[in-house]
Amino acid sequence: MSSLITRVRLKQIENLIEKGKRLDGRGLGDYREIKIEQGIIEKAEGSARVLLGKTEVLVGVKIETGEPFPDTPNEGVLTVNAELVPLASPSFEAGPPDENSIELARVVDRGIRESKAIDAEKLVIEPGKKVFVVFVDIYVLNHDGNLIDAAALAAVAALRNTKMPNYEIENGEVKIKQGYTQLPMRAYPITVTLGKINGKLIVDPWLEEEEAIDSRISLAINDEGNICAIQKGGVGYFTPQQILEAARIAKEKATALRKKLDW
Amino acid sequence: MSEKPEKLIDKKGLRLDGRKPDELRPIKIEVGVLSNADGSAYIEHGKNKILAAAFGPREMHPKHLTLPDRMVLRCRYHMAPFSVQERKSPAPSRREIELSKVIREALEPAVFVEYYPRTGVDIFIEVLQADGGTRCASITAAALALADAGIPMRDLVAACAAGKVGDTVVLDLMDTEDKVGSADVPVAIMPNLNAVTLLQMDGILTFEEFERAVDLAIEGCKKIYAVQKEALKARYMAVKQEEEVEE
Repeated sequence: MSSLITRVRLKQIENLIEKGKRLDGRGLGDYREIKIEQGIIEKAEGSARVLLGKTEVLVGVKIETGEPFPDTPNEGVLTVNAELVPLASPSFEAGPPDENSIELARVVDRGIRESKAIDAEKLVIEPGKKVFVVFVDIYVLNHDGNLIDAAALAAVAALRNTKMPNYEIENGEVKIKQGYTQLPMRAYPITVTLGKINGKLIVDPWLEEEEAIDSRISLAINDEGNICAIQKGGVGYFTPQQILEAARIAKEKATALRKKLDW
Repeated sequence: MSEKPEKLIDKKGLRLDGRKPDELRPIKIEVGVLSNADGSAYIEHGKNKILAAAFGPREMHPKHLTLPDRMVLRCRYHMAPFSVQERKSPAPSRREIELSKVIREALEPAVFVEYYPRTGVDIFIEVLQADGGTRCASITAAALALADAGIPMRDLVAACAAGKVGDTVVLDLMDTEDKVGSADVPVAIMPNLNAVTLLQMDGILTFEEFERAVDLAIEGCKKIYAVQKEALKARYMAVKQEEEVEE
């Protein structure tokens, strides 16, 4: 996702980080300001918009009925898709999803799936035949760095806001009834991404820092503070010590964020 | 689908295939197996059978993708339709696209990309049979294909997964353990630089279990690295002998 960044700017970012500071005045372990709005798309069963600094991600959840996967007949289905909409950045192009949007969707998916955030067994209408399918569609509206954390946060916020249609079965047909119930949830994973510049770790890299970091690591942390998904990205590397340090920081940041959001 | 096994670890602490928790599956590697590729390698890691080929440095197509100050590394990880129990469509799945990306990012730190500006190197990986841990075996083979192509590298890249089955942290999960187990942590390292170039995880681990899994995976990578070196040596000893005979 890189465009060119001047060497002068790169040097400036590196020098500041050496002193424990960042271009936008944050400390190395600080998040940008986070704003979450829920239920802003009335036609969707659930929705949320997250502002992470200037990064803006909208997630809509739609619920339909469908068939379960043959190996999990007693579970509903979760599908996560991400669109890097061309209006969000000059580096995004219209067309089929590229590897960046597929990676984004799959990393968010893994955080939700592996923490068993959705109580999938409660989404079964008829075992092996009919279940609810939860579509989580991530829409990136403005790209200013760290799409993973913003999208993961927006996805969970949208799921928390999701209402399932009530239904009854009439002659083997599913009839949608009046009224809604809350989507059954068991966990609220929070994903924390760190970038590495000159061997130093920074939390929540924004766009210009993303151009400067050689690698990033994203960790999804569940309610108990355990790790439930990890993805390393970028063409650099981490030492084993840096990985453990990143895991420690991620746990600390996720706990603080969870408290602040009251999740 | 195979039946769900009752116990993944028996009373003696042995796994489904009789391995100890910290034991790798048997690994066989051959370098230089494809005559049309600039470099290639074939790996059998347990029941995984994977071919990797490297082409380049060569002119890039399409040309506009070239970079003025470095080579561009491209990677395609692909599974044969017959490589798994139920036929896989040959069209690239989202999983394959993600894996192609993470495999490329695992290999790129080892390559001196700045030595060949305005060129491209393509890595093609074909999984002929899959049995859990294909991304790691693919990286192990692809690193050798790059080396065999004579592309300057800082180090080889060796990869191996650790994970958790039942309550035990184990090395090198096979397919059933991966599916039924509670966590999977694939890791790739540059062994001489002590640098982790691939790290993913799914499942739930405590901080301590995660630390143990990463340690175990790195130990596994080091063992695989020894096999990699032997395979490279075997290939070039053969070349040397051929030359001596010709003389």
